[in-house]
Amino acid sequence: MPLSDQTRVEIREIIAKYPEPRSALLPMLHLVQSEEGMVSTAGIEMCAEELGLTSAEVASVATFYTMYKRRPVGKHLIGVCVNPQCGILGGDKLWETLTEELGVDNDETTEDGEFSVERIECQAACTYAPAVTVDWEFMDNMDPDKLRETLAKLRAGEEVVSTRGAVIRDFCATERTLAGLDDGLADSGDNNADEIMLAGLTYAKENGMSAPLPGGDE
Amino acid sequence: MATALTPVLTRYWDQKDSYTVAGYERNGGYKGLRKALDMAPDDVIEQIKASGLRGRGGAGFPTGLKWSFVPQGDDKPHYLVVNADESEPGACKDIPLMLASPQQLIEGMIIASYAIRANHAFVYIRGEVPHVIRRMHAAVRDAKANGYLGKNILGSGFDLEIVVHGGAGAYICGEETALLDSLEGRRGQPRLKPPFPAVAGLYASPTVVNNVETISMTSQIMRYGAEWYSSFGSEKSPGIKVFAVSGHVKRPGIYEAPLGITMRELLDYAGGIREGHKLKFWVVGGSSVPMLTEDHLDAPLTYEGMEEVGTMLGTATPMVFDDTVSVVRAITGWLDFYKHESCGKCTPCREGTWWIDQLLHRFKDGEGKPEELDLLNELCGNILGRSFCALGDAAATPYPQALKLFPQEFEAGIHTPANEAFDPMASVVFPGVKTS
Ligand SMILES: Cc1cc2nc3c(=O)[nH]c(=O)nc-3n(C[C@H](O)[C@H](O)[C@H](O)COP(=O)(O)O)c2cc1C
Ligand code: SF4
Ligand code: FES
Repeated sequence: MPLSDQTRVEIREIIAKYPEPRSALLPMLHLVQSEEGMVSTAGIEMCAEELGLTSAEVASVATFYTMYKRRPVGKHLIGVCVNPQCGILGGDKLWETLTEELGVDNDETTEDGEFSVERIECQAACTYAPAVTVDWEFMDNMDPDKLRETLAKLRAGEEVVSTRGAVIRDFCATERTLAGLDDGLADSGDNNADEIMLAGLTYAKENGMSAPLPGGDE
Repeated sequence: MATALTPVLTRYWDQKDSYTVAGYERNGGYKGLRKALDMAPDDVIEQIKASGLRGRGGAGFPTGLKWSFVPQGDDKPHYLVVNADESEPGACKDIPLMLASPQQLIEGMIIASYAIRANHAFVYIRGEVPHVIRRMHAAVRDAKANGYLGKNILGSGFDLEIVVHGGAGAYICGEETALLDSLEGRRGQPRLKPPFPAVAGLYASPTVVNNVETISMTSQIMRYGAEWYSSFGSEKSPGIKVFAVSGHVKRPGIYEAPLGITMRELLDYAGGIREGHKLKFWVVGGSSVPMLTEDHLDAPLTYEGMEEVGTMLGTATPMVFDDTVSVVRAITGWLDFYKHESCGKCTPCREGTWWIDQLLHRFKDGEGKPEELDLLNELCGNILGRSFCALGDAAATPYPQALKLFPQEFEAGIHTPANEAFDPMASVVFPGVKTS
């Protein structure tokens, strides 16, 4: 299936941001992935054409990075962090719950095309362990019941909101965000400072601790 | 007396709009930039040098010194690249810094770019965090609309464009030269050093690569002065650090404190180990550094203090594990990670991570052989110092220390699976789920 003209226009806008065109390749691959739910041969060819590279050159880049998929991903991509901090605090159990619930294994997609599942590595959310992602939006401090509930809501088309504020859309929509396109969600969750981010500041304030600052600043 | 917490980068995070220009300015944001733009670029470098600030990406290289390596008057464009790849297991401090205070990072980026004479700067953010990528894009638009980016910033004659760039899932792209290859649209594999990026980095031009926290802190150092900054911490590790404490503590989270604070103090601020359990081991600098135990709780958390007890401060984001956790299970998980993330460029790491991981799985499954304990040490020894980049060294690090501290657990791995010796359900922290 050929990609749309709009994608080509957007690709050129991405290229224009960089001093050297080839630097745009990673966001470009996210963009073509957002149209097809995978990086297809057509997507690779479009990137190659726009950058004056061979398809083989683009393909060798695309296959290096785990976020580019060569098989179609389901509507939603569910990731469970199984790196030790999360895995031990509950991620391994969550992975069991997820795969039992959906009847699929790592890198597989449910028959109805709704969910793909992936064992993922540390997401820099260790203070929120165990962490799960839906279309790469974070679902912090997950537990098996919440996970089942999340799946049910997604399946029913009900609203699910990331613990960091953004409403969950689908895998393809997130890929546009990753390509750097404005999705209008940047103010979601205000500054995201929850009790975990504020743990030290709260303790400091409650106990009269602060960094002495010159000039009477606070 | 206990070391007090000293929130600086995080001190206004309890204001919901801390991420906007308006919210940041209300807290004195961009004052450091104004001071910097009134100085000669070389004097800015001198001030950062004098502050003693060291890189917060893990290696602790002196920041001002790195900036001074950029050749001047060379007619080549210069670049600043902020390393926001944060993928080291355990590291989780840069993401919050970008979410709650992206303007602080942008202010630091303008200061650094001005100092090294760069008119183009990049933030390379790991791909898996759309919430951070959209936040940084919006922050750059906000800064630009307020005259902090673009042409003739604050009437100084200095121009700067910032490009926010999302990666695509590869831990190795946190290594600075692999990051540059990735930013050039290639496979992210490390380059041979020298030449160092300061001389030949992005597009073979002089480039400074710095961590998010490093660059964020330069805004405060310009605002409050080098002397103020170096009055915190130790002589060799001056200043303030954002610590992220995760794991089996009552209040996991972000704690900003002077370097030299101890883990005992940090644990105390974090509410201590969860009820009914004891500390077993902790890993201070990300999974790539040797683990420690209760015996090391009073060692100062400084670069030199951690070296003295045989580990590295690294990212200063301690992961805490209590007595329910199998050491064999934990390090096997980390080796799964290194095996998966090895970029394949050099043989010791590509093959070695595979071998170590496979052998560790045998001990985890209760099927290890006694002679394999030494074989594992030998394998690690063959990778350490022989791999092309520090990822290989990192992969060879967890096992020797774990064996030294907990030999009995590996001996048990000859007959008993880790999940039988230690019930995995005892380690989970699900709210509402009973945890023995
Ligand atoms: C495998 C590997 C992964 C790394 N990941 C990161 C990272 O995610 N963020 C970071 O700032 N530094 C990372 N580093 C360190 C960088 O190579 C580099 O030292 C650092 O970005 C320099 O910035 P600093 O001087 O401000 O610390 C990594 C190094 C290695 C070997
Ligand atoms: S040590 Fe590992 S990650 Fe580094 S270059 Fe060699 S194979 Fe790649
Ligand atoms: S281990 Fe899961 S987010 Fe770090």
